Amino acid sequence: MRVVVAEDHFLLRDGLVRLLGAYGHEVVAAVDNGPELLGALVTEKPDVAIVDVRLPPDFSDEGLRAALAARAQVPGLPVLLLSQYVEPLYARELLADGAGGTGYVLKDRVTNGAEFLRTIGQVADGGTVMDPEVVSKLLARKVRDRRVGSLTAREHEVLGLLAQGRSNAGVAEALVVTEKAVAKHIGNIFTKLGLYPGESDNRRVLAVLAYLEA
Amino acid sequence: MKRVEALKRSHRLWWLSVVSMHWSATVGIAVWTPVPGFLPWATAGMRRHVDRERALAGTWSGITVEASPAVPLGHEKERRGLVARYRWLLEDPQRLREWRWVTVYGFVAGLIVSVPVGLVGYGLWGVFLAAFGPYLARDAGWEGLWYMFVHVQNVPTGLMAGLLGLGIARTGLWLAPRAVTRHARFVKAALAPSEQELMAARIAHLAATRSDAADSSAAELRRIERDLHDGAQARLVAMGMTLDAAEHRLSEDPEAVRALLAEARASSVAALQELRDLVRGIHPPVLADRGLADAVRSLALLSPLSAEVTIDLPARPEPPVESAVYFAIAETVTNAAKHADAERLWIDIAYDPERTALRVGVGDDGRGGADPSRGTGLAGVERRLATFDGVLAVHSPVGGPTQISMEVPCVLSSPKTTSC
Repeated sequence: MRVVVAEDHFLLRDGLVRLLGAYGHEVVAAVDNGPELLGALVTEKPDVAIVDVRLPPDFSDEGLRAALAARAQVPGLPVLLLSQYVEPLYARELLADGAGGTGYVLKDRVTNGAEFLRTIGQVADGGTVMDPEVVSKLLARKVRDRRVGSLTAREHEVLGLLAQGRSNAGVAEALVVTEKAVAKHIGNIFTKLGLYPGESDNRRVLAVLAYLEA
Repeated sequence: MKRVEALKRSHRLWWLSVVSMHWSATVGIAVWTPVPGFLPWATAGMRRHVDRERALAGTWSGITVEASPAVPLGHEKERRGLVARYRWLLEDPQRLREWRWVTVYGFVAGLIVSVPVGLVGYGLWGVFLAAFGPYLARDAGWEGLWYMFVHVQNVPTGLMAGLLGLGIARTGLWLAPRAVTRHARFVKAALAPSEQELMAARIAHLAATRSDAADSSAAELRRIERDLHDGAQARLVAMGMTLDAAEHRLSEDPEAVRALLAEARASSVAALQELRDLVRGIHPPVLADRGLADAVRSLALLSPLSAEVTIDLPARPEPPVESAVYFAIAETVTNAAKHADAERLWIDIAYDPERTALRVGVGDDGRGGADPSRGTGLAGVERRLATFDGVLAVHSPVGGPTQISMEVPCVLSSPKTTSC
């Protein structure tokens, strides 16, 4: 895969490049600030971009803004945001276009190389991966949206696992049920959230988005 | 009708000056009488009385007389000995002013407002004489009936007295609103604290809030130091030891090494989690990135309550104010979730350009009964805001709902262009 890496911390950037190289991926650009990132994303159109949220020159949410700007020009450009902390507000902005191919995880996750590579693969394939910390934070609050409120406890669990980017098989494994049962739950979730099979909309992304906004 | 109203007011103010004399006497007796608690009680009563005059000057004449900048009368020590008691009475300039008012100036003020009341009364007497004077002079045999320079004896002189009386009553009515205003000015002159006193009070307030701010930031630093020492630092040391153990057993027991390495990684994850929580407690990252509006939206997003947020903020306040207001809101939101048994929550943030102040309202539909004087949460918020001359008002009747209002004077920076 062709990967763009944006991280201002030299050690982390270097580590990421080496990690990706070790797993046989090609890093086409490794940048350390927002404007360069935007340029690299638009010209290289990588298979996936790994982006730190906080980048120079502002050291605020430059990375997120560059990623959103790039996705506005190159729809569906796969972006995995890395951050020292997870902020549901940012997750919502990232998912807002409903195109999928997005991920938002804690930087800690890179310490588990295999898992991290799997996450990158899912994002590159157009999946949506939210950090378990975002998901658990959202699970802890009361749900205000009536549509989401009508989900059963089991369906909540399934939606939470979907938000973490798991496949049907992955959900089945985590909940110790059959894959068929999972498919049924997912079907129910889509119906309750009013998500019907469309042409381009990624229903899994929209379900997670509904969950974030509930 | 405005004049009649002013006459009524003059009359009321005149009675108040009579009440002044009563308080003057009470305080005077209290100084001489060694009954414990009598003197503080008397001076508190005197203050209430004087506060009423202040308030009337404000509502009737629009003349604001600053209330006492001094500490409100509270648990003041009973002094022993006559000299000590006099000194206690006179040492607070505000109390001295009040005592002077009830003893001397209140009397003078009473004279000012007695003029229109007296004139109208005397005028009415003239009108009365026009109606009944001739009768009284003739049939009742009242020979010495004089109204000013008119000797009332028959109908024409009676009418003259009546006309004079009307003129005098009109003059009294004309004077009434002026007397009320003059009275209010006099209240201000006699009772308003001097510039110096206001300055002294301001300095005392600044010194108090500065020391609060220094205390709380010192406490905050201690907490951070302790958290780092007991948390992340200890975990990193443990991790180093685990890695060392793993290194030593590398050749003999690869299975044990695997377990040790897994443990080390778990430690690193836990240490990072602790650092993250610590950072969030010092300065939430989203506040640094996006400012107050989005930080509060994020707070609402994560609140276990169903929260409604309305924000009207054209730009960002200065960072210290922003942080203080954020933590103040966070504390009240936490309170609502923890103690109020609430379902819903409202957060309103608006900037008032006229008063150059940030206004925040946080309301919930919980069971109420929040009280800043009990517990440390709201009192802490109050102190936090006081550092920036901000104020906190809590309206929380038992049974709810609770409405908390904050106002912090501040200027906004020039609008910053962000993606939101």
